[in-house]
Amino acid sequence: MPSNQGLARDSAGRPVVVVTGMGVVTSLGVGKTDNWSKLTAGQSGIKSITRFPTDGLKTRFAGTVDFVPTEPLSNPALSERFADLAAEEAIAEASIGTRGDFPGPLFIAVPPVEIEWTQRRALAAASGANANVTYGDLIRTAATGQFASLHERFMFGSIAEHLADKLGTKGSPISLSTACASGATAIQLGIEAIRRGETDAALCIGADGSVNPESLIRFSLLSALSTSADPPEQAAKPFSKNRDGFVMAEGAGALVLESLESAKARRAKILGIMNGAGEMTDAFHRTRSSPDGKPIIGCIRNAITDSGLTPDDIDYINSHGTGTPENDKMEALGVMTVFGERAKSIPISSNKSMVGHTLSAAGAIEAVFSLLTLAHQRIPPTINYQVPDPTIPLDVVPNTARDAKVRHIISNSFGFGGQNVSLVMGHEPA
Amino acid sequence: MAEAAREAWITGIGIVSCLGEGPDAHWQALGSGQFNADTTIYAPHIIHRTPPLDFDKQIPKKGDQRQMEAWQRIGTYAAGMALDSAGLKGNKEVLSHTDMIVAAGGGERDIGADTAILSGLPAAAEPESFLNERLMSDLRPTLFLAQLSNLLAGNISIVHGVTGSSRTFMGEESAGVDAIRIALSRINAGQSDIALVGGSYNAERPDLLMLYQFGGFNLKDRFAPIWQREDNPGFALGSLGAFLVIESRSHAEARGTKPIARLSAVRAGRTGRNPGDVTASLTHLWSELSDRLRPSELAVISGASGTEPATAEERAFLSQHKDIAVRATGTYLGHGMEPQFPMNVALAAIAVSRGNLFPPTDDSGVERPIDHPITQIVVTGVGHWRGEGIALVEAAS
Repeated sequence: MPSNQGLARDSAGRPVVVVTGMGVVTSLGVGKTDNWSKLTAGQSGIKSITRFPTDGLKTRFAGTVDFVPTEPLSNPALSERFADLAAEEAIAEASIGTRGDFPGPLFIAVPPVEIEWTQRRALAAASGANANVTYGDLIRTAATGQFASLHERFMFGSIAEHLADKLGTKGSPISLSTACASGATAIQLGIEAIRRGETDAALCIGADGSVNPESLIRFSLLSALSTSADPPEQAAKPFSKNRDGFVMAEGAGALVLESLESAKARRAKILGIMNGAGEMTDAFHRTRSSPDGKPIIGCIRNAITDSGLTPDDIDYINSHGTGTPENDKMEALGVMTVFGERAKSIPISSNKSMVGHTLSAAGAIEAVFSLLTLAHQRIPPTINYQVPDPTIPLDVVPNTARDAKVRHIISNSFGFGGQNVSLVMGHEPA
Repeated sequence: MAEAAREAWITGIGIVSCLGEGPDAHWQALGSGQFNADTTIYAPHIIHRTPPLDFDKQIPKKGDQRQMEAWQRIGTYAAGMALDSAGLKGNKEVLSHTDMIVAAGGGERDIGADTAILSGLPAAAEPESFLNERLMSDLRPTLFLAQLSNLLAGNISIVHGVTGSSRTFMGEESAGVDAIRIALSRINAGQSDIALVGGSYNAERPDLLMLYQFGGFNLKDRFAPIWQREDNPGFALGSLGAFLVIESRSHAEARGTKPIARLSAVRAGRTGRNPGDVTASLTHLWSELSDRLRPSELAVISGASGTEPATAEERAFLSQHKDIAVRATGTYLGHGMEPQFPMNVALAAIAVSRGNLFPPTDDSGVERPIDHPITQIVVTGVGHWRGEGIALVEAAS
């Protein structure tokens, strides 16, 4: 047991950062209760896409969140809606501040935002250009003012600004992207702000509502997506030998981070500790990891070191586990290098086997699931694990959830552009 | 505050704009009184374009250049210039712990593919199938990587070997303010020793003209300096690349590097943009720095864009400080969103390192000649829609 349990500072003399509120939305449902029961039951949220026609597409399924009505539909509108729901749940649980007056900054991971085909087509139709549309026509039509609301909606900062307006977060809200590591980066920025003593609390969110034709096709053209549609709920197969890509998905995760001192002073319930975070950039390639695995290895080690822990303190790995041949191979290499012989006996599972890859939201959603794992002392499984990959000799918690003693968890997030971030969470300060 | 405890220096600058590339070219052009806005390429809209750049100088592999669109090439080029300027190019030891914060929007679209698809849709028997089919066949797979916001940072890592950390902030002008603010906070607090911070923007994009035309923000028909657009307000989008190397004094001294300037403070604010909010926000941010300011050695580099009501409100704020010289660089540079504030911080660093300021850009009365040396510059950045920022750049003594 750490001797300094309950102290407000960690072994490096920094304020201890705790979690006092969490919220989550995924294709499994809205809220922690629903998500946790389905996640530990090994249920999949992946299904055929009904939001738009999928004729001619190689991948026709995703982890969409269709049960939250949003009009008019767009990536930023959906992302904002999911973020809002998750934030409301997190703030309510933390019982912090007053309504519309959150006492700290907002860090939010959001997907890249741009005008989509729905708007582009409406504009082209309104231009009257018919079979010979130019951007000059679109610009001229934009100038009529009849599409004025699209400016604000398609600002990169609009999701964060709207949430800041509503939730009353303090200062300039930061919208960020580190591709598929974005959610973890949002949390890392919150940890750093509290450690600097700039704030006692921070609201960290990852949100993504990117399932639209062009986004899906872009990933499809990079051969990143699973195409095994029969049935969709078995498409995400992390760590399996027959894994064939990730499954696009949507959702949001939100966490209220707080200094331990502040949380104790207001007698808040402490849901877990953010022990530390680490990162290391990979300069090898735009979409592929360095074959020697050094950046992933360095990232995991940096996170454990930042936490004041050693690899022996980690009892469970919440993997990035996308189900692409490349990711799972490189993540396994990283884990086996850092944890050595012990790697084979540390449970490692992929939430993405059930909720799909929620892209910008994944790091935050998986942090919420990691903290629920700590709270319940129960590890969600990697489902669809039927064909083991002999080159990944790890305990992936196949198909069925498992009770376990878990003191510390490391959650990995890796993304295009060489982005690697790992978070370490636990029950107690180190 | 920790700011005093761990001083941060600007030790590298890489800038590209319609004025050319590098501090000297910019300084010379800023004194010229010549505004090279382009009024023809997207007439009646006005933009500022960069002159042709020899990308080979900073992005030696053609394969890397091909993997990027223009915004990434401009940014990767400017980032390389900043690393050169800081004496870091190829210094693996330092680059492996250099923290990167990039302020970015999204990348170029394939204009030809967009318009071909839009033109084909009206006659398509099944429009949705037609759209899917054409996107599957017309989108270049690598274009996606040129569009992803964080892939400017990704390209900088690949081309220049910056691997400490990589974070991309989004959110138009505010992203540029916050990128520098967070990098400075981390250095001040000892969370980081050295950072590469900045962004880039390509103004030669009809899709962005469209986006800003929804809100009527583009400058049209007639070019005028920033403070003289009251009867024809708007911003002229400007291609920009701006990167800074910011480093703790101790880190710079340990590797024998001289400062260009000291980065003393960055503050960011936000309001709901009700009437008067911008003036109030800038007034508040200024008040947080005011006890450090020496009016007899001070100037303001304004990031005003020319859009209203933001520009008039900034002007109202500046009128509270009539004794302080102001320069709105947007008259020369245009408005480049995310990198606008990093660019102006870079120009402020150049100004205090030279101890003087370029001449007024107009005769509006907002900008006045100056007859005293400059050791401090306050940089303002006001988003066209949201977000206000301020920085204090000082001569490194």
